[in-house]
Amino acid sequence: MLFEEFDPLKGKTLQILDQDGKIVNDKLVPKIKKDTLMKMYHTMVLGRIADEKALQFQRQGRMLTYAPNHGQEAAQLGSIAAMDDDDWLVLAFREMNAMLYKGVTLEQSFLYWLGNEWGSRFNDDVKVLPINVPIGSQISHAAGLAYAAKLKGTKEVAIAYIGDGGTSHGEFHEGMSFASAYDLPMIVIIQNNQYAISTPREKTIKSKTLAQKAIAYGIPGIQVDGNDPLAMYLATETARERALKGEGPTLIEAVTYRMGPHTTSDNPKLYREDSEVEEWEKKDPLKRFKKYLIDKKYWTDKKDEDLHETSKKEVLDTFKKVENSGEVDLEDIFKYTYESLTPELEKQMKYYQEFLNEEGAK
Amino acid sequence: MAVKTILQAINEALDQAMEKDESVVVYGEDVGFEGGVFRTTAGLQKKYGEGRVFDTPIAEAAIAGSAVGMAINGLKPVVEMQFSGFSLPAYNQVVTHVARFRNRSRGKYHLPMVIRMPYGGGVKALEHHSESLETLYAHIPGLKLVIPSTPYDAKGLTMAAINDPDPVIIMEPKRIYRAFKQDIPDEPYEVEIGKARMVKEGKDITIIAWGALVREVEKAMKTLDVDAEIIDLRTIAPMDTEAIIKSVKKTGRVLVVHEAYKSFGPAAEIISRVNEEAFFYLEAAPRRLAGFDVTVPLPKGEGHFIISPEQIAYEVKKLMAEKA
Ligand SMILES: Cc1ncc(C[n+]2csc(CCOP(=O)(O)OP(=O)(O)O)c2C)c(N)n1
Repeated sequence: MLFEEFDPLKGKTLQILDQDGKIVNDKLVPKIKKDTLMKMYHTMVLGRIADEKALQFQRQGRMLTYAPNHGQEAAQLGSIAAMDDDDWLVLAFREMNAMLYKGVTLEQSFLYWLGNEWGSRFNDDVKVLPINVPIGSQISHAAGLAYAAKLKGTKEVAIAYIGDGGTSHGEFHEGMSFASAYDLPMIVIIQNNQYAISTPREKTIKSKTLAQKAIAYGIPGIQVDGNDPLAMYLATETARERALKGEGPTLIEAVTYRMGPHTTSDNPKLYREDSEVEEWEKKDPLKRFKKYLIDKKYWTDKKDEDLHETSKKEVLDTFKKVENSGEVDLEDIFKYTYESLTPELEKQMKYYQEFLNEEGAK
Repeated sequence: MAVKTILQAINEALDQAMEKDESVVVYGEDVGFEGGVFRTTAGLQKKYGEGRVFDTPIAEAAIAGSAVGMAINGLKPVVEMQFSGFSLPAYNQVVTHVARFRNRSRGKYHLPMVIRMPYGGGVKALEHHSESLETLYAHIPGLKLVIPSTPYDAKGLTMAAINDPDPVIIMEPKRIYRAFKQDIPDEPYEVEIGKARMVKEGKDITIIAWGALVREVEKAMKTLDVDAEIIDLRTIAPMDTEAIIKSVKKTGRVLVVHEAYKSFGPAAEIISRVNEEAFFYLEAAPRRLAGFDVTVPLPKGEGHFIISPEQIAYEVKKLMAEKA
């Protein structure tokens, strides 16, 4: 059994594809359809370019605060690709790649980061909860989705993401305790990107691995090379099988690295060395995944160039469209407070409209 | 005297308090090494060491709860909630413990502790980063709540909060952290908690505000030919009722301006006090200009929510036109 073999307490970390794109563990290579592999890779490229552009636009004053994904693509795509369309995705805030894979559009994502609530209104068939900014509170939402699935007897599994720092939060523990107590079909991916803003993971978390936190809940935990999409896929697929068999939640620690700043308002040079970043550069998930696909004859350098071109165009076109979408209407900030406007809200809205009419635009 | 921003003034207050009193400890998320996401505590860890200035796990309940224990055991914790929106996981600790230890122990224990938190909108931030939640804290007996609006007050109120024997919450208007500078004394000084600040005397109308909105009121009044008395409430709890009543008795008109949600907000409390104590001096019904009772919009809708000088001027004109 995978989770016994890779016991975090024994210092084991699951890796299948090493940093040079070579298979290091033949027996464990998961069976992933070509289409799926290619969708993972396409999303990875789109996500990477969207990320680079978002940062660039932010520097130009065209983008608001943004939390980059660069470096964490495999942690997200390897795990989300092992899930089914019917499964639920529950996010923290640094999961644009997982969102795109699951059917959130790039347009919605940019809209969100440009400060428009419509960026959290996904299409009806997209089972993705909106970005969750408060640390830790999303874990119990996933537990609730999973509980409902179990009670209704549906085959849905909830997958939730959280950062390394987030595992210190009270709500992480509460959600985990709840989910484990009822053997809920839930998977939690800890994206251990080594930092919580400026605070290195070792500084505030004493446990040797984050995966081993699972022991306290009586569930399996596994540490995985988070920059290896195949290993992330295998661990998640195995966790999902457990979940569907009614065996309960699994905790997966993806060991990865946040190549960029925490958000665009942060300056990582204050708290980490360039040499550390360079070391992680060598473990880039994109490069190793590309090499794997080329070795498998699924992909070529030429196709890669084309994909980069089309993705870049998609990102630029989408951003322009979103950038020009303007402010939201006054009614929009009132309308979704309740099912229908309360008399007080009607009054407040009317008052403001009167002010605008009488005094012109603000 | 040196020219300082609000941010620098708070940093100086913390620095001087730590220098003078070894029991003062400063901690919170990213507070130590980096000096906080706004750099309010920058330089303190270097100067006072990791024992007294440190980064915590992301665990707000533990930050507030540990401060309770520290305060009981001889320290003076000054903790930071990274944003006021993220103080809510600690709200249980604050309401059920921080606010009650003196009462619960019949005075045996008291909590000389400070909780600082940046708050307020107008900075185009993510969800939960723009709310003005002063109502939540002002409502709870046992807590004091101060909100500075100038560098002078920021330093003096922070000092006073640290020296206060009771738990004090400081909500810091992040919109004006670096917006302007003021010449403030180099030496330590206190601004008394519980006392409002007379920003400008006047006879036509009393306008009460705090935090970032004090400046918006000042801007608004420059556009009108109305002699307003402007009061910066400065301490939300306990409130300086006397200053309010005295002013309203003089002007006969009152407008309260706050970014906190309107319903059940601080303006409701202020106007009730005016009605109780100065009703017969009023020449017009008191008015309040407050945040709409809606979830604070993300940046693309925030313009509708933020209170502008134009809106304040509009309210003042309405009030001045009224006759009792
Ligand atoms: C309850 C709460 N406290 C504080 C914050 C402010 N904050 C935003 S991100 C962050 C660090 C998160 O670190 P981690 O969980 O490791 O995730 P990462 O950002 O590295 O992906 C903090 C403290 C928050 N969003 N929610």
